[in-house]
Amino acid sequence: MGFWQHQLAGPTDPSHDAAWEEPEPRKGFFTDTSICIGCKACEVACKEWNAIPEDGLSLTGNSYDNTGSLGASTWRHVAFIEQTADRVEEARASGRRLVDLGMPALRPPDAPQGSPSAASGTAPAGLEGVVPTAVADDGSLDAMAAAARTAHATGTLPDFRWLMASDVCKHCTHAGCLDVCPTGALFRTEHGTVVVQPDVCNGCGYCVAACPFGVIERREDERDDKRGGGVVSNVGVAQKCTLCYDRLGHDQTPACAQACPTTSIKFGTLAEMLDTARDRVEVLHDNGFTEARLYGANADDGVGGTGSVFLLLDEPEVYGLPPDPRVPTADLPDMFRKAGIAAVAMFGMAVAAFAGRRR
Amino acid sequence: MDAKRTFLSWPVLRQVASGDFLGRGPAVTSQRTRDLEPRTSTADRVVQSVCPYCAVGCGQKVFVKDEKVVQIEGDPDSPISRGRLCPKGSASEQLVNSPGRQTKVLYRRPHATDWEPLDRDTALDMIADRFVESRRRTWQDHDEHGRPLRRTMGIASLGGATLDNEENYLIKKLFTAAGAIQIENQARI
Amino acid sequence: MAECHPVAYQWVTEARLRGAKVIHIDPRFTRTSATADKHVPIRAGSDVVFLGALINHILANELYFKEYVVAFTNAATMVSEDYQDTEDLDGLFSGYDDKLNNYDPSSWAYATEGEGPNASPGTIGGPAAGHEHGHSGSERSAGDEHGSGGPALEHAKVKRDESLQDPHTVFQILKRHYARYTPEMVSEVCGISVDDFHYVARAVTENSGRDRTSAFVYAVGWTQHTLGAQFIRTAAIIQLLLGNMGRPGGGIMALRGHASIQGSTDIPTLYNILPGYLAMPMVGNHDTWDDYVSAIGNKQQKGFWANADAYAVSLLKAWWGDAATKENDWAFDYLPRLSGAHGTYQTTMAMKDGQVEGYFLLGQNPAVGSAHAKMQRLALAELKWLVVRDLQMIESATFWKDAPEIATGELSTEKIGTEVFFLPPASHVEKAGTFTQTQRLLQWRHKAVNPPGDCQSELEFFFELGKRIRARLADSDDPRDRPLLDLTWDYPLDDEGEISSEAVLQEINGRHLSGDKAGELAGMYTELKADGSTSSGCWIYSGVYAGGVNRSANRKPGREQGPTAQEWGWAWPDNRRILYNRASADPEGKPWSERKKYVWWDEEQQQWTGIDTPDFVKTKAPSYRPEPGTGGPDGLAGDDPFVMMADGKGWLFAPKGMLDGPLPTHYEPQESPVQNPLYGQQSNPARRVFPRKDNLWSPSGNAPGAEVYPFVFTTYRLTEHHTAGGMSRWLPYLSELQPEFFCEVSPELAAERGLANGGWATIVSARSAVEARVLVTERMTPLVIGGRTIHQVGLPYHWGVGRDAVVSGDAANDLLGIALDPNVQIQESKAGSCDIVPGRRPQGEALLRLVEEYQSRAGVTVETSNQLRTTTAGASGSSKEADA
Repeated sequence: MGFWQHQLAGPTDPSHDAAWEEPEPRKGFFTDTSICIGCKACEVACKEWNAIPEDGLSLTGNSYDNTGSLGASTWRHVAFIEQTADRVEEARASGRRLVDLGMPALRPPDAPQGSPSAASGTAPAGLEGVVPTAVADDGSLDAMAAAARTAHATGTLPDFRWLMASDVCKHCTHAGCLDVCPTGALFRTEHGTVVVQPDVCNGCGYCVAACPFGVIERREDERDDKRGGGVVSNVGVAQKCTLCYDRLGHDQTPACAQACPTTSIKFGTLAEMLDTARDRVEVLHDNGFTEARLYGANADDGVGGTGSVFLLLDEPEVYGLPPDPRVPTADLPDMFRKAGIAAVAMFGMAVAAFAGRRR
Repeated sequence: MDAKRTFLSWPVLRQVASGDFLGRGPAVTSQRTRDLEPRTSTADRVVQSVCPYCAVGCGQKVFVKDEKVVQIEGDPDSPISRGRLCPKGSASEQLVNSPGRQTKVLYRRPHATDWEPLDRDTALDMIADRFVESRRRTWQDHDEHGRPLRRTMGIASLGGATLDNEENYLIKKLFTAAGAIQIENQARI
Repeated sequence: MAECHPVAYQWVTEARLRGAKVIHIDPRFTRTSATADKHVPIRAGSDVVFLGALINHILANELYFKEYVVAFTNAATMVSEDYQDTEDLDGLFSGYDDKLNNYDPSSWAYATEGEGPNASPGTIGGPAAGHEHGHSGSERSAGDEHGSGGPALEHAKVKRDESLQDPHTVFQILKRHYARYTPEMVSEVCGISVDDFHYVARAVTENSGRDRTSAFVYAVGWTQHTLGAQFIRTAAIIQLLLGNMGRPGGGIMALRGHASIQGSTDIPTLYNILPGYLAMPMVGNHDTWDDYVSAIGNKQQKGFWANADAYAVSLLKAWWGDAATKENDWAFDYLPRLSGAHGTYQTTMAMKDGQVEGYFLLGQNPAVGSAHAKMQRLALAELKWLVVRDLQMIESATFWKDAPEIATGELSTEKIGTEVFFLPPASHVEKAGTFTQTQRLLQWRHKAVNPPGDCQSELEFFFELGKRIRARLADSDDPRDRPLLDLTWDYPLDDEGEISSEAVLQEINGRHLSGDKAGELAGMYTELKADGSTSSGCWIYSGVYAGGVNRSANRKPGREQGPTAQEWGWAWPDNRRILYNRASADPEGKPWSERKKYVWWDEEQQQWTGIDTPDFVKTKAPSYRPEPGTGGPDGLAGDDPFVMMADGKGWLFAPKGMLDGPLPTHYEPQESPVQNPLYGQQSNPARRVFPRKDNLWSPSGNAPGAEVYPFVFTTYRLTEHHTAGGMSRWLPYLSELQPEFFCEVSPELAAERGLANGGWATIVSARSAVEARVLVTERMTPLVIGGRTIHQVGLPYHWGVGRDAVVSGDAANDLLGIALDPNVQIQESKAGSCDIVPGRRPQGEALLRLVEEYQSRAGVTVETSNQLRTTTAGASGSSKEADA
């Protein structure tokens, strides 16, 4: 199949597939929701950098989430989920089942191990690749990690927890929005990300229906933005996260990741992000937080894995994420193949019928 | 732009030439996309500053283009904040360039129902006049036992916790010399 | 901390990832709780019981850091035999004065070594560093003076029993004082389970000692109680007992809420202090220069406060230059005198009573952000003139047309005679200068652009105003105008023709005026002299411009430096990043442990060294012992790490300085549905109350009518907004994140009162009623207090009524009254009593009727909850006669 083999489904390097001669290593986010503090700096930094207009001023009554969802004028969205103990227990059990089933997000058993930490309690914490800025006092990081390993700390079950998670465009390996775009407004960048060119987009809206995550949206009308000052740009045009394409081109970190106070949003090459994410899940599991699981890290899923990987502490639906996202074009090769077989078969039958008649 | 390049930059030809047969990569990029540059790179200068909200004191980098602030973001050099900002700090550019920001002196006459414009110099003179008059009217030289007070209780002030040390210093110095002791700020609130 | 200081929280997050345990104690479950190891919900205002029980636990189980406690604290110091504890007097200390409703603290003093017949037994005091009555101390908010050191003592010749066994030692007094603060009492008063208490106790004590340190971190809501200063004191006692002061990873960290609120205390825009925490003189106490100098710091006491005269003279020289001479006592009489408390709330009440003519609001929005916001607005309407300087058209500038009192008919625009000047200021990027952040670090901000339009910095505005005021008085021969005319007010101008902020910072730093170094900038406060040969506008900042270099502008990237990042900004004093860091080494000068090594004595070099500037005389050996009776820095022994305290020790017991008792004691808030279960004394007997018709309180405890306001409300900030909203509610990006005023209630309270999530509720206090959208959430926990369920209502206070902001709403501060901590005159805004009912509040005059109906049903009068003494024990003046 050559060229066509991974164009629409399965694991692949999308920048290479989009024929970038010298693609950069694919870039992506790892959003570790276990250390998100729900401050929404990502939302503001994103809006400020990208000059996105204000997106509504009403109280939703849904915890501290007054943003609602991703959309044309919200490219980062922090979800807030309040849960009682029974739900936490379910999350932990469902995470355990994933492990038992051989959770594809976890690294193969021979891969290097992450270091567990002494964390235990209601909210997960655990050692990871933090750069020590304080004095390395007798290598205490290692010492603590070793102590924790023997202690086999377990996460005690809290009575209540408040989950916070910053959502963003997934920059799918196989991006439905991109694959259905008839104008070339959406394109795959040299960093492997998916970006809308507002000067090319004609506002047809095909991409909106093609996104399995409900991320991309057309900026419908000019909101009453007199308070926002500027004239709202890109009205009628599809809008979503660009993974700060302009900043990436100059080796700058995307605005959200740069602002994030706790590094819940990390940015780097996708390979590094996946590594960090898998280490982190391992640490949390070793500490008894079996509810931790990765989202978007499976290259064999319906979108070929995503460029934005998330560590979640419950089922994706809880965060408003589809459990099994599938890009509509994923089935195209199969459909084409089946259609081809059918066509060949029909042609064969026709030939046979014709030949039979002649006989 | 020479004819050859223009011709070769036709999307279809670019698709074929680049191998981007599905038109999802370099072949479809527009001139605007190819020319994109972040305003952090095109700024005339970058100035180191400090966030004006809470007292953590996060470092900020202020990007200036054509004498206008175009971006404020975290300063990675700061050992306090390491380049990070909270939502308020991240909104600093909007604070500076806020459309609601007042840039003109306004004056409300006693009993008036609306503002009227006022020249800044005139406003300063009027305030100085009132300061001197109120001070004179409300001056207390001694208490009932004849002990010196040397003050006015007719002029007060509130504010200073978001002001610079140098500004607070001048305020305290001036008010104290004038005998106005009721100077307060957020630290007591 | 995650909620209000998210960027600082990165260090907590990182510490957690390395194994640190984070415990969050707060009435509600916040974003900090969500990412902590444990959240412990507590009834607002009951903190001393919880912390006192920790002290009791530490003492009873001998979990304190013995070597540290004996050597570095005043545990072994003996207290006067006249001292009587709250355990003896049902919640009062000895010395309570019923006439003035304050303490005479003389019986709390250290015992002195009997040196002949004339020694005054039981006190270190006398005319010089005497025991000022609590009343006058409170009037001048004397507590604020301890921002950089302890109060003055006459000398430091104290009696000590290092076995800690003598019943008059601080240690034994502490044990007795907290004996009834048990886990069971915590459960009954705070609503915290015995198990949770033990979890915290174990975590804190196991993580303290030679190898480990624990930190207490608070936001300034902790100070907003009628015994707020004592809350912090309780934490200080714990940290001293556990050996967590002056050591890395230890301490008590105040997370302050404004960019330079630390700076605005160091160089105060406060009525009661002068730059560097020097007292403003008070009539009667400080009538002469000699009275003043001996009161602020005594030559016989230990440590650096003994040199307070040098700091004061240098300040007066900075202000009045050549006009300040030895002959005129350095122009001491140019300073105005206090005669009572003149804090912002007293000023508001005076304003409302028509006694204040003119008012400057400088980046402040009291119509929304101060307690009893309604009284604030009514007071503004009584002014002759008002100057508002703010980036936005805040509610305090538009009260004359937008105040809710216009809707209720209490005010009418045409009748408000206040003349209002609105002047726009420069933003933080449009001027150069320093902010002092919450760790005492000065950071210089470079100017990025010029301010737009009429905008101008406060520096330029006040410089100009000062010039114009001086010009108007230039021909005056009235002595009252001399201080203005003699004021040093000739500052160099910068390139834009505006006053140079660097020049002002240099004046603050100070100069040598005569001698070899004449004209040079001072290098450090130890160079300052009391003979008029130096000047310094704020002695603790001396050194920020040492060697002519603006050290606040130091910007060596953090990643290129060690953990204390000494070359980023400049911390007062002398660029020390941890105060009292001599305590990070043992009495012999060796680090307590390799892991917690910070500052230590280098035997070879014969000096103190480490990764921070040692907060100690650099060459003073640990074994050094001064001649008895030596005062000042020379009086400090080599093992006296608390160099700003008059005895060189950390104070578990405060023989002086705290006006409402030497030890923190639990009192209920001014307004509380709970009866104090520990003492007959219900609330802090020394708190400041203002019985006025416009400042009513609901009945407390068992008093009839308390049930009319059955719930506790507490006010707070959200991540997405900033205080009264002046810097957030006008910004669309922040407004959309928290667009409306809401209240947070538990599902149980919602069920009890019929409140629906997303619906409206009206919250009624004895002052006013406000409406808010309802968030029903498990994050609010009903607490069982004394067998009764107490519900708490959470109220963020960012919104106000006006027409100019992007988002507006009722102000939570309308619900608050004015009752103050006696030490620092800060209001109680974290605990009040209220009722909550479904639906929006009545509009117009009907709102007043609703509030009155509640008041009348509860039988509220001007006296309600304002009685200060509520126990009959320890009648006035009885302390001397009582058995000790």
